[in-house]
Amino acid sequence: MRGNNIMGIIFANLHERLISELTEVRIMGAVPFGGKYRLIDFPLSNMVNSGINKVGVITKINYQSIMDHIGNGKAWDLSRKQGGLFILPPFTDQSNYSNRVSTLNSIRPFLENSTQEYVVLSDCDTICNIDYQDVCRKHLENGADITLVYKRDQLPEKLHDPTVLSFDSKGKVIDVQISNNITGSCSYYTNMLFIKRELLMELIDKCISKNTLNFKRDIIQGEYKDLNIYGYELKGFSPVITSMSDYFNANMALMNEDIRADLFNSDNPIYTKVRDDMPTKYGLGSKVKNSLIANGCIIEGEVDNCVLFKGVHIGKGTKVSNCVIMQDTKIGADSNLSYVIVDKDVTVKDERTLMGYLSYPVYISKGSVV
Amino acid sequence: MYPKQEVVAMLLAGGQGSRLGVLTQKLAKPAVPFGGKYRIIDFPLSNCVNSGIDAVGVLTQYQPLVLNEYIGSGQPWDLDGNNSGVSVLSPYQQVKGADWYSGTANAIYQNINYIDRYNPDYVVILSGDHIYKMDYSKMIAEHKANNADCTIAVIDVPLAEASRFGIMNTNPDGSIYEFEEKPEKPKSTNASMGIYVFSYDKLRKYLIEDEETEGSSHDFGKDILPKMLADGLKMYAYQFEGYWKDVGTIDSLWESNMDLLDPNVPLDLTDESWKIYSRNPVVPPQYIAETAEVQNSLIADGCSISGSVDFSVLFSNVVVKPGAVVQDSIIMPGSVIEEGAVVQYAIVSENTVIGKNAVVGARPETIVDKDQWGIAVIGDNLKIGAGAKIAPKAMVSKDVEEVEE
Repeated sequence: MRGNNIMGIIFANLHERLISELTEVRIMGAVPFGGKYRLIDFPLSNMVNSGINKVGVITKINYQSIMDHIGNGKAWDLSRKQGGLFILPPFTDQSNYSNRVSTLNSIRPFLENSTQEYVVLSDCDTICNIDYQDVCRKHLENGADITLVYKRDQLPEKLHDPTVLSFDSKGKVIDVQISNNITGSCSYYTNMLFIKRELLMELIDKCISKNTLNFKRDIIQGEYKDLNIYGYELKGFSPVITSMSDYFNANMALMNEDIRADLFNSDNPIYTKVRDDMPTKYGLGSKVKNSLIANGCIIEGEVDNCVLFKGVHIGKGTKVSNCVIMQDTKIGADSNLSYVIVDKDVTVKDERTLMGYLSYPVYISKGSVV
Repeated sequence: MYPKQEVVAMLLAGGQGSRLGVLTQKLAKPAVPFGGKYRIIDFPLSNCVNSGIDAVGVLTQYQPLVLNEYIGSGQPWDLDGNNSGVSVLSPYQQVKGADWYSGTANAIYQNINYIDRYNPDYVVILSGDHIYKMDYSKMIAEHKANNADCTIAVIDVPLAEASRFGIMNTNPDGSIYEFEEKPEKPKSTNASMGIYVFSYDKLRKYLIEDEETEGSSHDFGKDILPKMLADGLKMYAYQFEGYWKDVGTIDSLWESNMDLLDPNVPLDLTDESWKIYSRNPVVPPQYIAETAEVQNSLIADGCSISGSVDFSVLFSNVVVKPGAVVQDSIIMPGSVIEEGAVVQYAIVSENTVIGKNAVVGARPETIVDKDQWGIAVIGDNLKIGAGAKIAPKAMVSKDVEEVEE
């Protein structure tokens, strides 16, 4: 059943600095992932699969790539008369998108004019398949004011302002620490939360009036004693992308069958923009092992342990191993690539050798000619 | 009244395609999957859009559910305009009674109202069972330049095969003086491709006349075209060069799929300027496992390959388990080839499971009596039990039980 009392808001450009190479020409939400997706496909699809029919996508600057990708929302069934997809760029002069609180304040008319009782907020840095209906259920059971989606794991090294939560036996938040110096396994907030729309607006108003504009410090840390804030544990495959190496590892993790079954769960599929590529052509003498490959590729060489996006060509006699190769990149004949992240539309000519290392994959930027 | 469309295309998609046996038991021939992700109808529909034709009527009759659902709003082909796009036209009840489409011409006749709404100058008649890429706008331009009443697309076929086709005998200027249906001794090798451009005023008149002619089979090839020729209308042949294949039989369907693997066959589906559009399933990319061996094959997203695949076309969500072998075969969406199974020279329809160590089809060189050899065909949603053997040329429409060893 589609349609419920929840709306979604996605912050499509936060955390870019952590993977600055990939975000030089695009915002976080438009970062390619997993052979045919962009990071925003995950929160968008999760919301749609949870019955959410109205989604606002907040974009601050350089949002051409995301507009091109999501278009009118048709691929997510969000091209609708009731609700649908709303792209929310800043309104010149009057908007302040410099922090999360001011941004939410700037889109206040969008929040005010909505009729849904609840709001889900999400960023694009966590790749997961989550059912917000279940979050909603727990939220109501707990009688919560806010439900924070958290992960129980080691803190990702470069996570900005990690917000570590402690709970009582019922899952209510009883302590909030914002610190990078926590070692070992802990429960940290994933920038996904569930809240009543009215309450969100109230809290934003309060912050604006007091000029306390840090969402984590002034809302989560500032309010947990007065409000009922509960946690919802995010289980299953759910990497948070805070570095190029996280990005590389998250792509490589898709070689695991269980992880694919979890993330690309066919009951809650991940939607993405369609491009009408033909199926992938494996040439005579091609050798492919342990790789995830999208439609539209032409493979004549050897591919081992790689993610190939749509329309990649691998020439004769070429060997690529442990690489992430994005859309429409063409690699000529007799080349050798290992531990390389190759961005879109790159041309690697014949007889080239590019080598990175597991802990430091080499990155080739969009449109380069090697 | 709709804004005028200079050209309206009418796509005949009502045929049963009985020669495709189990493949068309539940769906019409134009809906048969082709080339790893397409259905046959994607080719004429994409040709229309790429040729700038915005109004397309699709005439359906036999088993229309899958086809209707597939065409839907026409959005995958950009055929969902405000005042134009694709319309599915099925037979309907009229004041004087209800009729099935009794022939190709009758099907168009019954939808004169649909064509009239667009007030077109030209109507293109297409069929839904050919694989080809063609710019109809060039054919229409030639039709206009010749000031023709009817233009028929022809392709040069080998003389030995010419007697299987309708042959157009032409004067040096391309005008047609004779039309021979499957002649024993063909005078030329210009075979009709079943693609016609008509000036609509003439077509309309002849359709109405034909409808009133007693004993007419209401068929373009048998009735309308010969009548037009006899009446001295200006009829021209339009020479088409390129890949064109009628996929009306198991052998030709199999061959045409295999042609996609041959770099020398001029059917390039990667050409950005003439894309073939289709409805795309929502599936993750394909995964090729450590144990897999894949060569010279076309594989679609959603597949998971752990066995050996060679000279084959695999549609979305096909699973080939470790130790399974697929050679020279076509596996349609969602089918599973279990461990140790061997599938050779076969077409396996959708969502069928080939059990462990089962053997489907055989290589021609292993069969002594060549008359016994052919492509094995397995229907959709079937279960072929472990260890079962399906002979070459077999056509399987029921589950096959496990064979104990």
